[in-house]
Amino acid sequence: MSKYEIVIGMEVHAELLTESKQFCGCANVAVAPPNTHVCPVCLGFPGSLPVLNEKSVELSLRTVLAFDSKINKHTIFERKNYFYPDLPKAYQISQRLFTLGEGGCVEIDVAGQDGQVQTKRVGLSDVHMEEDTGKSQHGEAIGDPDSSLVDFNRAGIPLLEIVSAPDMRSIEEAESYMATLRQVLLYLEVSDCKMELGRLRFEASVSLRPFGQEEYGTRVEVKNLNSMKAVRDSLRAEIERQTKILDSGGKVQQQTMLWDEASGTTQPMRSKEQAHDYRYFPEPDLVPIEIDNAWLDRVRAAMPELPRARRQRFQTDYGLSAYDAEILTSTRDIASYYEAALENYNNPKTISNWVANELLGRLNAENKDIIASPVRPTQLRDLVKLIDDGTISGKIAKEVFDEMFMEGRDAILIVREKGLGQISDTSEIEAICQRVIEANPKAVEDYKGGKERSFAALVGGVMKETRGRANPALVNELLKKQLS
Amino acid sequence: MRLTPEEVDHITLLARLELSPAERERAAGELSQILDYFEQLKQLDTENVEPTEHVLPINNVLRVDETRPCLSLEAVLQNAPEHASGMFQVPRVVEAE
Repeated sequence: MSKYEIVIGMEVHAELLTESKQFCGCANVAVAPPNTHVCPVCLGFPGSLPVLNEKSVELSLRTVLAFDSKINKHTIFERKNYFYPDLPKAYQISQRLFTLGEGGCVEIDVAGQDGQVQTKRVGLSDVHMEEDTGKSQHGEAIGDPDSSLVDFNRAGIPLLEIVSAPDMRSIEEAESYMATLRQVLLYLEVSDCKMELGRLRFEASVSLRPFGQEEYGTRVEVKNLNSMKAVRDSLRAEIERQTKILDSGGKVQQQTMLWDEASGTTQPMRSKEQAHDYRYFPEPDLVPIEIDNAWLDRVRAAMPELPRARRQRFQTDYGLSAYDAEILTSTRDIASYYEAALENYNNPKTISNWVANELLGRLNAENKDIIASPVRPTQLRDLVKLIDDGTISGKIAKEVFDEMFMEGRDAILIVREKGLGQISDTSEIEAICQRVIEANPKAVEDYKGGKERSFAALVGGVMKETRGRANPALVNELLKKQLS
Repeated sequence: MRLTPEEVDHITLLARLELSPAERERAAGELSQILDYFEQLKQLDTENVEPTEHVLPINNVLRVDETRPCLSLEAVLQNAPEHASGMFQVPRVVEAE
């Protein structure tokens, strides 16, 4: 539709899931009264010295391994120098020369031309460790047009930056990239990825070029994106803006834009403090890091099966459809729940239906996490067993499940207490069939006249009499026998 | 190697220094001397010398991921020239829309 090819690259900042900050013992928390989690180190007081948090390196290594980046076994921190009020030391401790990870890729699912799902590899240029900055609020938002206010609780929280190559060619690919990355980081327990709290942040750079042109167009960075929706909407607006400029024969300026949710447009960021000359140099306060194989082995041992691998395994081992496998591996907890329910009972298909449809449906409706499910995996498994061995019908099972969900009790207790067990006694069903036939002469006549649908009405009559407890196969068989 | 006035301006901006014309003139001379000295150092053959990232011959100084007490808000703001609502107050840095 457009004559321009879209080129998108992404920078992702993930705050790591540690107890304490990157270089000091202040707690790593997202929400707290201003400046209550700060100390001389993260405030950059003279004479204070940073000491690296071991856990933050391990979480970073997990990520680097997950994306198949090359690990720089010798790595150092550097100072990125710039002045900004939320940067207490006037430099950010970051990495540039020997970043922890180099290269690698994120495998994403994209829709191919034939509508089939295809795998695309989005290259990474680097993965590096750094510290977060403080947070500032400006002007009208704080009731003073001439001031900014700064809170340093966030300053020094360990941050992992994942920089992609400009490999995405549509907004859909960018969305798939973000969703995949987020899912992997959650599986790895590297970050809680709460975008609304700024724990996971995306910055997109986007440029356009005529199809077939080798060199990239001028790229524009878009910031202030605090949700997946903001990324999508801002990219759409920015692409539209650039298209108009190019269509009218203009040139796109290289600049940083801020997404303005209210107006639905991207606006140039105007900062008084911009001087992009960071003068990186090795951080003298921190010694180099050497990563040996023993350390890597320890990190590898702590890594879970990743979502893509688990999804594929669910398809091959359990015979699930791609769709079901995707739902059941959407989070690590859901996948673990499913596999716990499968333990000692080999009916992966039925159990997958119960988890994916009934359980997740109810949990979503109540906005509950699967961790808080009132029905435990073994309880769900036992419910499916009751269906499989003919104790209850599938329809009754849903009733039982509702009770289980509300009360957390075992299926068998509910079935016994409420007398919900299936009636499979031939003589009992025969007697009921007989009553239903006598009460519905019209339906019997129609059925004998060739109306198949009337048979269903008779079955329904039997089910009504037994409150759904009659064994459906037996009802069919006995009714037919009596009618012939 | 003599630094141009523009280069000196750029450096003072990066360092957020406000210099009088006389100071700027002096800084230009001193900075130029420093650069000359580096020119001299460049003559050394460093072909087989590993770049020095750190002068201490130790690696991997790490701490266990444990929290420690933080400063009180009173102590935090004690040296702040201005503060409001528990935050450091500075001249506005992002311009109005």
